[in-house]
Amino acid sequence: MIRLDRVTKVFDTPSGPITAVDDVSLEIERGQICVLLGPSGCGKTTTMKMINRLVQPTSGEIWVDGRDTSKVDPVELRRSIGYVIQQIGLFPNKTIGDNICVVPDLLGWDRRKSRQRAAELLEMVAMDPAVFMNRYPNELSGGQQQRVGVIRALAADPPVMLMDEPFGAIDPINREAIQDEFLRMQAALKKTIIFVSHDLDEAVKMADRIAIFRAGRLEQFATPDRLLANPSSPFVESFLGTDRALKRLRILRVRDVMQTDAVLLSVEDSLAQGRELMAASGLPAMVVVDAQGRPRGIVSESAVANGGGSVREHCVAVNAAVAIEDDLRAAVSTMFAHNLSVVPCVDGDGTVRGVLTFQAISRHLAIPEART
Amino acid sequence: METIKFIHDNLGLIGERAIEHISIVFVAVAIAILTAVPIGIAITQSKRAADMVLYAASMMMTVPSIALFGLMIPLLSPIGHGIGYLPAMIAVVLYAQLPIIRNTYAAITDVDPTIREAAIGMGMSARQRLWEVEIPLAAPLILAGIRIAVVMNIGITAIAAYIGAGGLGTFISRGISQSDPRQLITGAVSVSLLAIVADLALAYVQKRVTPRGLAREVTG
Repeated sequence: MIRLDRVTKVFDTPSGPITAVDDVSLEIERGQICVLLGPSGCGKTTTMKMINRLVQPTSGEIWVDGRDTSKVDPVELRRSIGYVIQQIGLFPNKTIGDNICVVPDLLGWDRRKSRQRAAELLEMVAMDPAVFMNRYPNELSGGQQQRVGVIRALAADPPVMLMDEPFGAIDPINREAIQDEFLRMQAALKKTIIFVSHDLDEAVKMADRIAIFRAGRLEQFATPDRLLANPSSPFVESFLGTDRALKRLRILRVRDVMQTDAVLLSVEDSLAQGRELMAASGLPAMVVVDAQGRPRGIVSESAVANGGGSVREHCVAVNAAVAIEDDLRAAVSTMFAHNLSVVPCVDGDGTVRGVLTFQAISRHLAIPEART
Repeated sequence: METIKFIHDNLGLIGERAIEHISIVFVAVAIAILTAVPIGIAITQSKRAADMVLYAASMMMTVPSIALFGLMIPLLSPIGHGIGYLPAMIAVVLYAQLPIIRNTYAAITDVDPTIREAAIGMGMSARQRLWEVEIPLAAPLILAGIRIAVVMNIGITAIAAYIGAGGLGTFISRGISQSDPRQLITGAVSVSLLAIVADLALAYVQKRVTPRGLAREVTG
């Protein structure tokens, strides 16, 4: 979808030529988010700007959607690529509706159709078109402006989007919300996105692939999980930080790590049965479910060891369960908060689908996955 | 009392002079807008050209108006217009250049570079950028320049009465030469009033051309 082939950019400055981007080759598949990540001055923004020809490459080729960009009129090329910048750059003299419709208007769309599209996009980011269409940018909060900046880039439904630290200027709480909202939209829209960031957490959260840059060179290009598990150089390793194993928690889903074959206890079981099953499973505690398969509580090792009677008597009610779609970070947080070494994993209906243990998590983090 | 009676008796003449006055300023500033705004936009492309043009225009401003009128007599005499309407017009056109060029230049270069980048990145051509973004954003400041030019030139046109251009300045020049305080006061007050009214009217227009999305107050 987007292919960079040995792209180099040399800027001529009064103090001599500076190589901003040095022989970078990248290929981004349709529908994926590729985050260009690195310290400032590493060439990530220059790389992005060469894709819509805001910067002309010194050498190399860039292909977008099967077209060699150097053979396409830059103005036409830019209209076919969504563009979002950190400073948002809404036009203060235009209403929100007109701002969103800039590219459709440039392309000569029918006005009714484009305004209809603007209203749909506003609704997609939970902004009431009746309220916002005719407002001006300075009447909106920073978060609202940034949402408009993003949907403006989507207005003409471009297959490709370039986003230059689009959420960088937003406070952390709003940033999380906008990121989540954007990922939800992306799940439906499936755009091919180049996303520049200097924030590793953001990159890990957003990216299908991360490209790490250093001094104009591409250091590593991999999925977030693979990157965190197998940094290719000491630079990448130090850039990822000492807590990179913990950062993987965010990428991994409960469903991928939970034990689905773990035996569950029923409230009707006797404690003796429980003891047997626990010994066989090797789990530090057993999850108890009711007749409908919903989590009822937990029976600990000590309770099983010393008592008699039924599971019902020794079951400690626990109000904590993790959703199988949650990331591991949320799951681990729940386990810490409730002091649990074993936690039931439930699906959307509240039925237990598996069991998550610290042991399973550490095992998963320790062995890098082979998938890319 | 006598002045009021004079004004009352000469209302028709005052009106005529006022129209002369307004027409010189109006036509001259209109011509000046047609030259100065494009020049102001053009020089945003080159810092060197901008420096040169702005320097030349400020030099122009330092020439006293009476000297400029004097200078134009020998220059325009060969075509039979050494005095009168034409030299007055030319002077006003020249004097109006600096405030309009300077404000246009400042307003266009003042446009937030990130807004310009967004415009380019979204695929606006240079012309579309100018018409859809830069000029609307620059409009209030350009109008502030026009407002300065108009008010300043209402004063300069009063002096043009000395070269026979007519206008409200004739009351002042005759008032001085005939030692007639009635004409003097009539001329002085009416020129001042005209300047104040023009200023207020243009302030209103300036407010109207300010895009609603621009909250900041723009002053000349």
